[in-house]
This record gives sequence, structure tokens and C-alpha cells, in this order.
Amino acid sequence: MTDILQAVRGAALGAVAGVAAMAMGTTAIAGGHGGVDFAGKTVEFVIPFSESGGSARWANFFAPLLSEHLPGNPTVVVRYRPGAGSTAGANWFQEQTTDDGTLIFGTSGSTQFPYLLGDPRVRYEYKDWRPVLASGTGGVVYLPGDLGADYDGDMDAFTDVDFLYGSQGATTLDLVPLLAFKLLGLTVDPVFGIEGRGDGRLMFERGEANIDYQTSSAYLRSVVPMVESGMAVPVFSYGALNDAGEIVRDPTFPDMPSFKEVCEATAACSTEGTAWEAYKAFFIAGFAAQKMVYLPGTASDDVVATYTKALQDIIARPDFAELAAAELGVYPQLTGNGAISASDQATTVSDESKAYVLDWLKSDYGVTME
Amino acid sequence: MDLLATALPALGEALTLVLQPQQFLFLVTGVLLGLSIGVLPGLGGIAGLSLVLPFMFGMEPVSGLALMVGLIAVIPTSDTFSSVLLGIPGSTASQATVLDGFPLARKGEAARALAAAFASSLFGGLLGATILTFFIFFARPLILAFGLPEMLMITILGLSMVAILAGRVPLKGLVAAGLGLMVGTIGAAGAGGSLRMASYDFPYLVDGLQLVIIGLGIYAIPEIVSLLRQDRAISRDGGLGKGWLDGVRDWWRNKWLSVKCSAIGVIVGVIPGLGGSVVDWIAYGFTVQTARDKSKFGSGDIRGVIGPESSNNAKEGGGLVPTLIFGIPGSGSMAVFLGGLALLGYDPGPHMVRNNLDITYTIVWSLALANVVGAGLCILLSTPIAKLTTIRFTLLAPFLFMIIAFAAFQSSQQLEDLAALVAIGLLGIFLRRFDYSRPAFLIGFVLSHQAESFANMANQIASSRFRRSFEAGIEYIASPLSLALLALTVISVVVGIRQAKHILGNDNAPTGAKRGPMVFLLLITAYLSVAWIDALTISRMGDKIFPVTVGAITLICCLLLLLKMMRAPEGHAVFADLETGGEDAEAPHGLWSTLGWFVGLLIASSLVGFILGLAAFLLAFFRVRAGLGWGRVLLFSALGVAFMCFLAWTLGRDFPPGLLQAFYPKMPWPLT
Repeated sequence: MTDILQAVRGAALGAVAGVAAMAMGTTAIAGGHGGVDFAGKTVEFVIPFSESGGSARWANFFAPLLSEHLPGNPTVVVRYRPGAGSTAGANWFQEQTTDDGTLIFGTSGSTQFPYLLGDPRVRYEYKDWRPVLASGTGGVVYLPGDLGADYDGDMDAFTDVDFLYGSQGATTLDLVPLLAFKLLGLTVDPVFGIEGRGDGRLMFERGEANIDYQTSSAYLRSVVPMVESGMAVPVFSYGALNDAGEIVRDPTFPDMPSFKEVCEATAACSTEGTAWEAYKAFFIAGFAAQKMVYLPGTASDDVVATYTKALQDIIARPDFAELAAAELGVYPQLTGNGAISASDQATTVSDESKAYVLDWLKSDYGVTME
Repeated sequence: MDLLATALPALGEALTLVLQPQQFLFLVTGVLLGLSIGVLPGLGGIAGLSLVLPFMFGMEPVSGLALMVGLIAVIPTSDTFSSVLLGIPGSTASQATVLDGFPLARKGEAARALAAAFASSLFGGLLGATILTFFIFFARPLILAFGLPEMLMITILGLSMVAILAGRVPLKGLVAAGLGLMVGTIGAAGAGGSLRMASYDFPYLVDGLQLVIIGLGIYAIPEIVSLLRQDRAISRDGGLGKGWLDGVRDWWRNKWLSVKCSAIGVIVGVIPGLGGSVVDWIAYGFTVQTARDKSKFGSGDIRGVIGPESSNNAKEGGGLVPTLIFGIPGSGSMAVFLGGLALLGYDPGPHMVRNNLDITYTIVWSLALANVVGAGLCILLSTPIAKLTTIRFTLLAPFLFMIIAFAAFQSSQQLEDLAALVAIGLLGIFLRRFDYSRPAFLIGFVLSHQAESFANMANQIASSRFRRSFEAGIEYIASPLSLALLALTVISVVVGIRQAKHILGNDNAPTGAKRGPMVFLLLITAYLSVAWIDALTISRMGDKIFPVTVGAITLICCLLLLLKMMRAPEGHAVFADLETGGEDAEAPHGLWSTLGWFVGLLIASSLVGFILGLAAFLLAFFRVRAGLGWGRVLLFSALGVAFMCFLAWTLGRDFPPGLLQAFYPKMPWPLT
């Protein structure tokens, strides 16, 4: 038995080595700079999610690029530490003291939200960490063709409609659309318990749900064909943040009104006050700065500078836009001070906004944070 | 024939692509990788795919595709080894194979069972690909026809298989299934996040128990412990009766069964959200219900291997459909596959069928080709690997303990994983001892989550429709498809109850005093009562209704069973207790001392970390329990530790740290 296993294993090892050698061959162009050299080292890129989510894709997109652009071309491996809706992995990262840059951590809106809402499982503190990259994304809300025919730039015509929305849970990224629906004065019954946004789209296609949203890349891929055949009508994109911190049209969808525009046009909706501020805070944490890369708080300035430089090089690659289009969409990838301020915005929420959201979660959905 | 005009050229192009030497080489590489990972119990497609994922970016797309597809295709084939040889379901795809495959191995017919399984896998994979080639054009309307009520009905159809697997005392089967359902509700509720039998002060249970741990605990630990107590080979007479040719002949005799089960595999696999976890049970149920002579099922009927194995490879092909044309993964490994596709620059979605038909066919037929290569290889390997069943099990057991501990630890990388494994293992040992149906428990656990969420969601949508009008509501819940599935479920339950006595027949399970079975039942009842009361205190209705209802029904079953026990005389089937007679009672080693070895491994790991603990465990076990000379003790222990290090290193996984590591955090790998 051992013989056979050994033989199989030997073949497997050979295969791994072969594949590794091939991958090396394509990425062996060095780019040494900065005071830190990673030659011969292994960088662990830890994400608090499983192998199957969007964060895994995002991390696996950046890992080989980092390997190519960090000085000394370290091996960059993605490690998965899923659990407790990503709080388990973040709690683990909080205790790490690796200061030589061989450990980086990728968070997502699902890590930010429990932190902002005061989830009792959270034992991590974003302010202790050092951000080096912030990736944004966007999303589009759409209606079925028959309902969408009545849409004229505001949601006043829909106040009497009973909407059903397939949702992953009120405290996930779905908090943003649910809050948007509330601001617009819509009656939306979320059907909780779906596994991913794709399931929500399927519910919409089956006619079980009659309002839905998809992130930008999924929208372009799977909803645009429905829009072309008249089965779906886009209502608004969440928008993007400009330099002044205002919500403007999403650069991916320049012809589509942003949520802010629709809100201004809708009688029930106001772009001032506690509700709006709360929405905006969670929109930033959930979308505008959705995925971020952090070094542990113990990392030296040299290490931070090295990473910043490597990431800037990656973004400056002539082929980056093309590479990123499918994976990340055309959204800003912020580094340096941009990453720091994005991280601040995404992890800060006023007490008023927090209280408003907690109150709303409890009264409308019976969801509490205890 | 518009269809043929588009399909044929794309098909031709795909086949040329697939058969190019370079792609073929990558495919075979994927198959070999998948084979060497799938053969280990508890590790499957996700572990394998995450191994190659880092290399995807920048790879030539068709080669990358071939590598991933080769890997995926062979997992449901290779995990059959541990299902048949060790009685441990290698992954969800091979749960039902254990029922008849393992008894065959114990009869000394492991090679025959394996070969029949692989022949079925091969055929299922090929037939699946053929069906898919044309079916992919009609799949979209079919998938859209499966709304939540229909998915709920399929889940219930899966649950109805409990009827046929319930064993000699149907009430016990119900209790086992109900307990499985309740254990499945542990943790934060899917919808509102209310905690059930868990607390934020003890975060481990908030995520619920992972399937890997339940599968290993319920099957692997009881079987390993039981085999180890007897200190001999798995094959009772130590021989290998029939060779692989007989297995292939067996498959040929049952080729029509294989055809039908493959079709079931494709159809159920296509429906997203079911994750294929019910396919093998439905195929097994179908096999039993349509067989004329049912007397041998559960004690080694080759058809019980052919049915589920034909379906599980066909299912992989079916699972590709929602993954490719909706971009919705049908299972965990499909989700990783989807991520890999994106890294290769492919963009799954409705256009995959319209504009990228050649790529779609490349994937489908790579899968088929990988099945041929993988299953062919497995058939050739089946006789030598089946020799495992003829060597002294005491030499095998420590390696198995090592691998399942490592596999269990991968589920959340906390020491609690290992503690949970022991706790569930204990439950598994008692379920086995007192003749409760372990498959029923497993079906309950596997389907618990989807039964709850489909029921809640369908209910919510139905009430919204009923508010609109009565007709709209009825039209939604009583669609022709739901009604057909309902009818199928009723037939399955009726036939199942009638036949259950003959299946899983521990025909003359020894019975003993009343006390043991009574105490165990009281313990189950106590747990269920606590869980039920705990569920009652939840304030959110959607998170509460399922555990309260299921808990109440299961508790009623428990009470009826208790009543039955009080009335029945000693020696009645309800008092089955494997410790009172037969193999277990005559075993030279005790239950507790044997389990103690495994617990010892865990305690050592929690003190000095996994690798040091493992080294100590292996040395002590081979020397004391197996009584080997020092030369072989050292050799085997070194082999074990080296193998573990190699596995963790290639997979990029950590080992469980212990107290020692808490004090000295800077230990060199692999001692960390």
C-alpha cells in the first residue's frame, strides 16, 4: 500500500513541481527596490473567508502580481481562515505580530460591518492595522420588465408595490440595498437565507423576487442580457465617491442615475439627516472601500513603503486595466494615503448612524447584535 | 436541425482542443493530483483545487481548464477507495457507497466492489457528458422551473430516503434522522442569525458543525475503533476473493441500472442549491426500490455500489450547468472552480452557451475524458490497493487517525475541531452499538440547513402570493412539478417502509439487557429536550419554527420508543446492543482503551502541537499496541510524520498548535 501511495504521491509532487516551475517561468522578472528584500521568503496573504467567495478571487488575482512586484519576488500564498462571518479570521489577525512583511490580511465589507455594528464576536481593531490597498466596487439595482416600464427616474410610482427581495441577511452587504429601499419609502420584504447574490438573481429570474441588485461585474455579465431582452430594467447604481467624498455616478455606468439622484427625485427620500448619513457610512464600508489589504500594526514604515511601491507598480502596469476589468471592474485601487483615508472612512461611523441602523435592524427584521 | 448545426462544429472544435497532447498532459496531471488527494478520507475537491488555484493566473486558459477539470472529475471516483475499503465516506458523493461497499470489503471482495464502482463511475461520467452535450440547450428553462417549493420537495424526497434506511425498528431511524436534523440546526440561524445551542462566549459552535467532522465522526471513528479492537485485517478471512474483472462483469450485468442512475445524477446535479448532497441517496433508494431481490442490500449487494457510483460522477457534469450558464456554483468545489475560471479570463454566464459553446464543450468533454483516465487508473489500481484489506489493521489505524485528525482540523483550524471530532465520534460509536441508522442521521444533518431555509423562504413567498390572491398562491406552491415530486416522495416512503426490514439488515443483531439502550435513548431525549427548550426561547419566528417543529416531532418519537422499550421483553430488536454478542463482544481489546489511543493523540497535540504529539503517538502505538520491534516502530513513525509534513506543505496548511506553541511562538515549521 505504501508503495502505491508513494508512487502516486511521487507523481503528484512531480506534477506540482512542474506546474510551479511553469508558473515561475512566467513571473521571474524581478523588480527590486526599497529597503526590504523578500528574496527566498514566503508571504502569506490571509483572508478570513473560504476558498469559494469573491474575496478568494480578489486575493488570488493580486497574489501573483505581488509576487512579481515585491522586491526579491517572494512566493505569495493565499491562506483561508473562514469562520464566524469573517470575524474569526480578523480576530486571529489582531493577535499577529509578524513585522517583516511576510503576513498581509485582506478584509471585505463583511469584516467591516460587524466591526461598525458592534458585533459581540469582534475582538479586532482596524485602527491598529496599517492599510496598504483599498479596492472599491459598485452595484446596480434592477426591476422586472413589467414593473420597470413605470420607472421614470423616481420611485414615487412604486410605493404601493409589495416587493420581495432575496437576501443573504440583514447584517451582510445586503444592509446597503435594504437601507436604500427604506430611504426610498418602498415596501420590501427580504427573503433571508440565500447563499450568495447569484441565488438572488435566480429568484428574480424565476419571478419569485421582484427587485434585486448585483455587483458591477455580475450585472454586466448576467443582467445586461436580461435588460436587452426586456426582462429587467436597471433603476440606479449605488454610485461612486468623488474626491470630495460625495456620491456621484458610477464610472462603470455613466448613463445610469446614482442612488443619490434617484433619492433626490423621490418624494419620500431625503439626502440629509441621520438616515442618509447612516446609509452613506455603510455604503462606503460596503462598496466604495469594500476590500482592503492590511499589514499588522507592528509592521515597520519600510515594509509599508515597500508594499505601497509594489502595489503602485501593479496598478501602473499597462495591462492592469485589462487584467482588472473582469475581476475588479473599473474602480479606483487606492494605495498610500489614499488607502489610509479610505480605510478611515470605511471603519468609522458616527454613534448616531450606528444607533439608527441598530434600531432599524431590530424593529424591521428582529435582528439584534447581542 | 438548427441545434445540430451549432452543436456539431463546436463539439468538433472542443474535441480537438481536449485531445491535444499538451492539454491531455495537464488533464492527466490534474487527475493524478485529484487522485492522490481524493484517496485520503475527509479531503476532497476544495483542498485539491486550492492547491492549483495559485497557478491559474497567467496560465494558458485551455491548459488551466484541463488541470482543474481533471482534478474535479476524479474526486468522486477516488474517494470511493475509503468508502469501500474503510467504511469512511470519502466525501458527500460517496456516502451511500459505504452501505454495501464496506460489507463487501469485509467479505474479502474489496477488489470486486472497487472495480464495479469505478466501472460505474466511468460509465456515469461518459453518459453524463453525452446527455449534457444536448441537454445544455434546454437546461435554462428546466433550472428556472425549479422554484423554492420544488427545491423543498426535492429536499423532502431526499429526507424520505430515511424510510428505506431506517433499519429494523423504524422509530429508531426516525429518531436518528431527527437528531441529525437538530444537530444540523446548531449555530447561528441562516436567516436572522439567532443562536441555537450556541453562545458567543464559546464561538466555535456559532458556525455550526462542519460536514467533514460529522462524516468522519459518525462513520470513520466507529469503524476504525471497531476494526482496531479485533486486531486483524479488514477482510474477515484475510483474503481477496474475486479480482477486478468480476467487478467489471458485475457492472455489465447491471448496465441498465447504471444508465438510470446516471440520468438521475445529471438531472439532480443540474439543480443549483441542492449541492448534489442528495444524489447518491436518491440513487441508492431508487436502486433498492426497483430491485427484485432486496435481501442482500446493506450486507454487501453489488448493486448498492453500482447505483450511487453511477450517479455521483454524472452529477459532477450536471453541476457544471448552473456553474457555467448562470455563474452560480452548485457546490463548494464548483465555487472554487468558478473562481479559477475567472482567473483564467473566462466569464461564466448565459453567453457561455451562446457565444462560447466550444469552451463549454471543452469543459464538458474534458470532464468525460478525465473520468475515463481516472476511473481506468483506479480500476487498474483496485486490486493492489484492495490488498490494504488484507494487512493487519493495527498497522493501518494510526495513520488513519493521523489523517482524519488533520482533515478535521482543516474545517476551522482550531483545536475545538479535534474535540468536536471526538464528541461526534462518541455519538457515532453509540449509534452503531445500539443499532440506530447512521445513514439516517447523516441524511438529516446534511439536509437540515436547506430544508430549513427552503421551507422558510417558500413559505414567505407563498404568503405574499396568497395575499395577492388565492389562485396565485396555489399556483405557486402546487405546481405540476411539486405535485409530481410529492407523489414520488409518497411512493418512496410507502415502498421504503415496506422494505426497510430487509435493508441494513443486521439480521440477528445481538440484544442484551435493557439498561444500556435505555440509558442511551434517555441521553438523546435529554439533549433533544434541551435543544427544543433552547429553540423556544428564540424571539425571531423565522429562526425558531424549524427547530421547534422538528424537535417536537423527534421528541414524540423518542417517547414512543421509550414506551415501546418499557413494554417489550428483553431480547426484542429495540434492545440491539453490539457489545453483547458477535464480533464486538469477542474482540480482544476494549472499546474505551481503543478510543483512548485516539484521545491520547488529541491530548498530546493540545499540549505540544500536532507534529510532536503525532510523533509521540505513533511511537507509543506501534511499540505498545502493535508490539513491533524498535526498527519498524521508528521506520513507520518517521514515515507517518514525514507524510503529514509533506501533505501540509504541499497543501499550504497549518497544524493544530498546542500549549507549548503558546509559550514558544517562534518554533520552526513544522513544529509551529
